Amino acid sequence: MVEFRVDRASGLPAYLQLGRQVREAVRLGRLRPGDRLPTVRDVVATSGVNANTVLKAYRELELAGLVEARQGSGTYVKATLGTAAPEVLEELRGKFAKWVIEARAAGLEAEDIDALVRAVLSGGPDGA
Amino acid sequence: MTVRVENVSKWALHHCSFELPAGSVTALVGANGAGKTTLLNILAGHLPADFGHVAVAGRVAFVPQDKPMYKGFTPLDVLKFGGHMNKVWDEYRAHSWLHRYRVPLKLRCGDLSGGQRAHVAFALALGSRPDVLLLDEPLAELDPLARRKVVRDLLAEVADTGMTLLYSTHVVAELGGVADRLLLLSDGKLLVDGDTDELLGEHLEIVGPAADEPPVAGEVVLARHQQRQSSFVVRCPESAVVEEPWTARPVTLEELVVAHLEAAA
Repeated sequence: MVEFRVDRASGLPAYLQLGRQVREAVRLGRLRPGDRLPTVRDVVATSGVNANTVLKAYRELELAGLVEARQGSGTYVKATLGTAAPEVLEELRGKFAKWVIEARAAGLEAEDIDALVRAVLSGGPDGA
Repeated sequence: MTVRVENVSKWALHHCSFELPAGSVTALVGANGAGKTTLLNILAGHLPADFGHVAVAGRVAFVPQDKPMYKGFTPLDVLKFGGHMNKVWDEYRAHSWLHRYRVPLKLRCGDLSGGQRAHVAFALALGSRPDVLLLDEPLAELDPLARRKVVRDLLAEVADTGMTLLYSTHVVAELGGVADRLLLLSDGKLLVDGDTDELLGEHLEIVGPAADEPPVAGEVVLARHQQRQSSFVVRCPESAVVEEPWTARPVTLEELVVAHLEAAA
């Protein structure tokens, strides 16, 4: 089950935050194919998010092929994310954790690490 | 559209036009004296517009900020009164709101706390099964915890009934994910009218070396210049790309509102 949390002070629209949380839950295995997402009414009542926001998030996930809406019964997780095998994922995580320790020792804060990761991912001048 | 406002003027209000789709949740934001209460009163039918046209489809309920109420009435009397005064009345819906917030039913309204009186007013409004619910500063008397709960419950009412909700508020920091539309009034003029997600996508804060203009095409909402640095809040297409040495970051709803209000001041 996922419990949605919306950071109201974020510049990221709430529906994107919800979508991101579902993706994260799928990536970490907290949501598996066949699992049902909470109903729109439930998300509204528990998280204080507008029904339209939840619908928008679910529609976006559906378009991305991650979930499917079944008529009259709810929205279900359809696919998994990330193609790597669990043991490969575990190894990558270990290496990255070591790297983070190194980065912290060099005086980098979480925010600096974040910026560095984004720079490398976007292939900018600091990238690989 | 359930609510259509065309070129409406009254006192402080100048030529306001906007539409609210059915089932939408809209936050009406603006400085004190911007004309929010005037606008809500016109929509409620309590004030005639001097100019322009207002159309509201269906039943309207309005809860004014001061929550006027006969002080000698108990909450039970208020609901009974509501049942007599409204052709359509949902006793269960009104009662469950009072029950949920543990409002004492047999005390005089004059002896209730500000928050409890607010709940009696909400219950009365919801009992009339409105298609359009107008709330003037509904969260003002409530503590942060109660505010969350009331927002949650109001959104659930919207989800269950498909009613349209328009409420004025100063608590802009709590709007994310709650309001899908934003109306920003300043000095009687409508500065911003739009979908909150789209507005967030369109606004960027861009910081870089001192310059007269930002490095992207778009409407400059606010510009600040220091000796070696300029920063702009810009409304531009979502696809705008900002290149070095400029940096861009998305703004929050609060920053967006403040930038527009500051620019208009």
